[in-house]
Amino acid sequence: MATVPLDQGLLLAAILFTLGLVGVLARRNLLFILMSLEVMLNAAGVAFIVAGARWAAPGGQVMFILVLTLAATEVSVGLALILLMHRRIPTLDADAGDQLKG
Amino acid sequence: MREFLWLVPALPLLGSVILMFGSAHLSVRTAAMIGVLSVGLAALIAFVISAGFVLDPPVGGVYQQTLWRWFHVGGFSVDVGLRLDPLSLLMMLVTSGVGFFIHLFATEFMEGEQGYGRFFAHLNLFVAAMLLLVLARNFLVLYAGWEGVGLCSYLLIGFWWGDPLNGLAARKAFIVTRIGDTAFLIGLLLIATRLGTLNIASAMTRAHETLHVASPMVTLIAFLLLGGAIGKSAQLPLHTWLPDAMAGPTPVSALIHAATMVTAGVYLIARTHVLFLLAPIAQFTVGIVGALTLLLAGFSALAQNDIKRVLAYSTMSQIGYMFVALGVGAWGAAMFHLMAHAFFKALLFLSAGAVTMRLHHEQDIFKMGGLWRRLPVAFWSFLIGSAALSALPLVTAGFYSKEAILSGAWADGTRGRVLWCAGVVGAFVTGVYIFRVVFIAFFGEEHTHVSGSYGWRVIVPLIVLSTLSLVGGFIQLPPAFGHITLLSDLLSTVLPAPLGATTVMPLLFASFASISGIVVAAALYWRPTHARADATPLWRFWHAAAGFDWLYDRFLVCPVLWAARIDRDDFIDKIYSGIVWVTRAGHFAVRRTQSGRVRLYAAGLALGSICLIAIAVLR
Amino acid sequence: MILLWLLCVPAVGGALAWLAEAAHPNWSRWISIGVLSLDLLLALALISPATSSGHPAWIASFDRPWIPQLGISFELDLDGLSLVLILLTLALSLISVVISWTEITERVGLFHANLLWTTTGVIGVFLALDMFLFFFFWELMLVPMYFLIALWGHENRFYAAIKFFLFTQGSGLIMLVAILALVFIHQHATGHLTFDYLALLGTKMNSMTAFWLMLGFFVAFVVKLPAVPFHTWLPDAHTEAPTAGSVLLAGVLLKTGAYGLLRFVVPLFPDAAHAFAPVAMTLAVIGILYGALLAFGQNDMKRLVAYSSISHMGFILLGVFAWNTLALDGVVVQMLAHGVSTGALFILVGALQERIHTRDMRFMGGLWASLPRLSAFGMFFAIASLGLPGLGNFIGEFLILLGSFHVSVAFTVFAAGGLVAAAAYSLLLVQRAFHGRIEPFPGRTGLFDLTTPHLVVMTVLMLSIVGLGVYPQPVLYQVAPGLSLLQHSGQASTGLRARVAEQP
Repeated sequence: MATVPLDQGLLLAAILFTLGLVGVLARRNLLFILMSLEVMLNAAGVAFIVAGARWAAPGGQVMFILVLTLAATEVSVGLALILLMHRRIPTLDADAGDQLKG
Repeated sequence: MREFLWLVPALPLLGSVILMFGSAHLSVRTAAMIGVLSVGLAALIAFVISAGFVLDPPVGGVYQQTLWRWFHVGGFSVDVGLRLDPLSLLMMLVTSGVGFFIHLFATEFMEGEQGYGRFFAHLNLFVAAMLLLVLARNFLVLYAGWEGVGLCSYLLIGFWWGDPLNGLAARKAFIVTRIGDTAFLIGLLLIATRLGTLNIASAMTRAHETLHVASPMVTLIAFLLLGGAIGKSAQLPLHTWLPDAMAGPTPVSALIHAATMVTAGVYLIARTHVLFLLAPIAQFTVGIVGALTLLLAGFSALAQNDIKRVLAYSTMSQIGYMFVALGVGAWGAAMFHLMAHAFFKALLFLSAGAVTMRLHHEQDIFKMGGLWRRLPVAFWSFLIGSAALSALPLVTAGFYSKEAILSGAWADGTRGRVLWCAGVVGAFVTGVYIFRVVFIAFFGEEHTHVSGSYGWRVIVPLIVLSTLSLVGGFIQLPPAFGHITLLSDLLSTVLPAPLGATTVMPLLFASFASISGIVVAAALYWRPTHARADATPLWRFWHAAAGFDWLYDRFLVCPVLWAARIDRDDFIDKIYSGIVWVTRAGHFAVRRTQSGRVRLYAAGLALGSICLIAIAVLR
Repeated sequence: MILLWLLCVPAVGGALAWLAEAAHPNWSRWISIGVLSLDLLLALALISPATSSGHPAWIASFDRPWIPQLGISFELDLDGLSLVLILLTLALSLISVVISWTEITERVGLFHANLLWTTTGVIGVFLALDMFLFFFFWELMLVPMYFLIALWGHENRFYAAIKFFLFTQGSGLIMLVAILALVFIHQHATGHLTFDYLALLGTKMNSMTAFWLMLGFFVAFVVKLPAVPFHTWLPDAHTEAPTAGSVLLAGVLLKTGAYGLLRFVVPLFPDAAHAFAPVAMTLAVIGILYGALLAFGQNDMKRLVAYSSISHMGFILLGVFAWNTLALDGVVVQMLAHGVSTGALFILVGALQERIHTRDMRFMGGLWASLPRLSAFGMFFAIASLGLPGLGNFIGEFLILLGSFHVSVAFTVFAAGGLVAAAAYSLLLVQRAFHGRIEPFPGRTGLFDLTTPHLVVMTVLMLSIVGLGVYPQPVLYQVAPGLSLLQHSGQASTGLRARVAEQP
């Protein structure tokens, strides 16, 4: 089986991460921000997989599973928070929730 | 009997304490009784002790009494003890005796005043402090009396506290004298460290043994003591408090000027004459200060219209004579004049008080006039006092004492002659200013209504003091007049250099100066209608006593007041406020970033991580 | 063991007083009085009967391991110096309770609890000879004091309380660093980790280290004292605190600073302190004169008294760094006299404020007519504070000046100038408040003069200051052995431990 070259894999991860980051920063809708966060987490997962494959180490895959669970919990907690917030402020605009400012 | 010496200062102190705590519950009569009797008893005991002392002198001519050990620290100890020797004996008699008559006078003078009990409490304390001062065996005890006297002068000058001006005069008296006191205290520190003791007698002995004549150390000590004496005795340049001290009731002025307070400086220098003999420069300075003060005060007295201010300046002037005597080493003459001055100055103040109490406290001599007919007792007393003050030859105590001073100065070489000239000019001026008051206030037309009459408590002190002012000088007569030497015999054990022998020519000259002063006053003020000359610049200059007050006000008081006002909020606190301000500004600046916008935080996170990674990679 | 009781009685009493409020506020007050009287009796029992300076320096000790792993023990030792200061503390605390009877009406229980806990902390400071324990008490006394100011103070109380807390806490932190550094240096040198003061005495270190550590302690104590330029918390704290708080602050808490200088700064770092003495004495003289100038300029009576404290504390700083028997005895007397006279003045200002509802002297004048007793006492204590011979403050100031004269003439002369300045501001206070024209301000009719409790308190304070001025020798005997031991370690830096062992 031909392995994906490390450079290309990492490039993919970087692109994904940047896309996610831009999504987080540029989107105002909380749901999209959450989805962009998922993208960023998965980018990290890709990097782990690629690296694990490159050095034939199981740690990469272990870490990927960890990232998956992390992403799952993050999404569930995040969605719960969004729901709660939506009850108080009927909007999904992230900037509307600036009542936490100092 | 001598072992009861401690009662002499203790009795007035006890009276003072009783009056202070009980004044709210005591009737006027009881308060007066306590006030007068405590001092009277003290005077009586003092008299009996003195009689015993003269008739049966103790061994060494000194009686000492230790009361208790004040403190004892690291080998340095101060005992509270009394010392009776001829010098303190004389002072004790003058203070308690004259003080008693002033108390007696005051019981009538102060009748109907608010705070009668408080007045006598302070008056008693005043006498107690002065007696402690003169009897002290230790410099620090002397200093305690010294400060006590200052405190009482403050309390009594400001006795009528309702008027802020009285309070100002009182504080001025205390603070100005305290400047001198602080010099004195530093002198004491110097004595304690260099001579190892504050016991007066042993300090004098050690000074004599260990310090060289005219060495810088002894000169410095003498000058510092002189500073204290100048403050208390109202000599140049710390004299400005005395004329203002007239704000107090007249008996207080009498007490300050005659029995207590201002004579303390003269006593201090006489007491420490060993140091001044070791420091000729300091001693000569004493004479110069005295001569300058006696001239300045004499001329200033010429330009006053307030009867009490005239007397105040005359006190400064007479103390100046005593300083001259000290400066030329005529120690005995200084004490002689101190005693005579106590008699006639108390008399003058009390008779002035007797005048004003009948005139609704009017003190302007131009508003009096013709009083000799209306108030014969006050007139004759004042006349006798004036005669003694201007040293009318032969019949007054002032003549003999002043003569002793002038002959002492004459005998002291060239620089003594200079002081002698000042003294003679002063004698002339004295005659002019005091008889100016006599002629304006007691002769001429009547200007005011006189009411009431005197009780025995006013008349008796006046008669006694008049008698003393006339005959008090006969205890010490120069050879030309019978050569009686009671005083110099008494003082010979404590003070060196007996009273100087008189040469006839300078004596005649001085007598002529005194008499011509009186004659000039008579010529100028016999008809006082044209005598009021307020407007001339010269008059204003001397009315303001050569402007010392103005000078101090401008260059000392105002800057301090200004600084205190400017710095009311403490500029150092502003530094800390500055730190607080910077912190708070930083807080506001950083607070902006906490906007509550999640995406901004995320951007910050990202940026921060990128920077960190960049640093980690590129390093 | 009695030392532990000395500490526990007010600590437990404070809790009791707090709880007792539920029954009736007066219960708290009576409990506080009872507790403090009991403690005062305990302390009085410790006075050594000897009337000469020949008795042992340490009167009582108490030592138990606390955190032995770190070399920390619960070590309390009492010498004459501690004893007189503890007596002063307890007497002033007792008086504070009495004079707060009518002034404090809200949260009475908590108030008395805080008051008693402050007292506990102060007593602990005067007793602790373990550096860690000392620091513990040092911090302990601040917290209840903070609450006293912040909860029962006047208009601007939060500002003042926080300022007080920041200054003392910040400087305390510096001291903690210095303590730790000292302990580690000692461990490095001897291999023995201990916070024991007596063991730490005479620790060898190079002069630069010693200087910085000395400075750490110095700053902490001088902030508390306070000396210029660290004094600015004091006028605010004193002015805003309730009367009892001001009395405790001026009478007692300031003395902990002086005590620290005496007990720790000079004995622990004798050489550094000696080298530093000119700077410290300069600060002292500046404090004397600058404090007096500030006092002179105030309109608020309480601020005036507060600034006068700074001036008086300057004398103490001067005396400590003159470091000879005369000056140190003077420092002790000055501490006691200042505690009494300034405490009394604060009580009088408090009483005045209760009556005319202002402290501003522009709205006073001629009060002697309506309040003769209060005014007479006010004048007495003003005169005491200007240092009249025969009253306690004079003895203190004279001995300090005499002691410092041996060390430096110039500093002494400038310090003596403070006597003139003291006369100026003290008499100005009397003039503006009690003398002068009777102004017709509203609400000034029918003022009631001092009541019996106040009169008793004032008389006691007056008698004690007269006693201190006329016959200070008992106090001097009491502190002499302790001071000479301190002085010895401050000069020769030999260990004290051996000398303690000699004592029976």
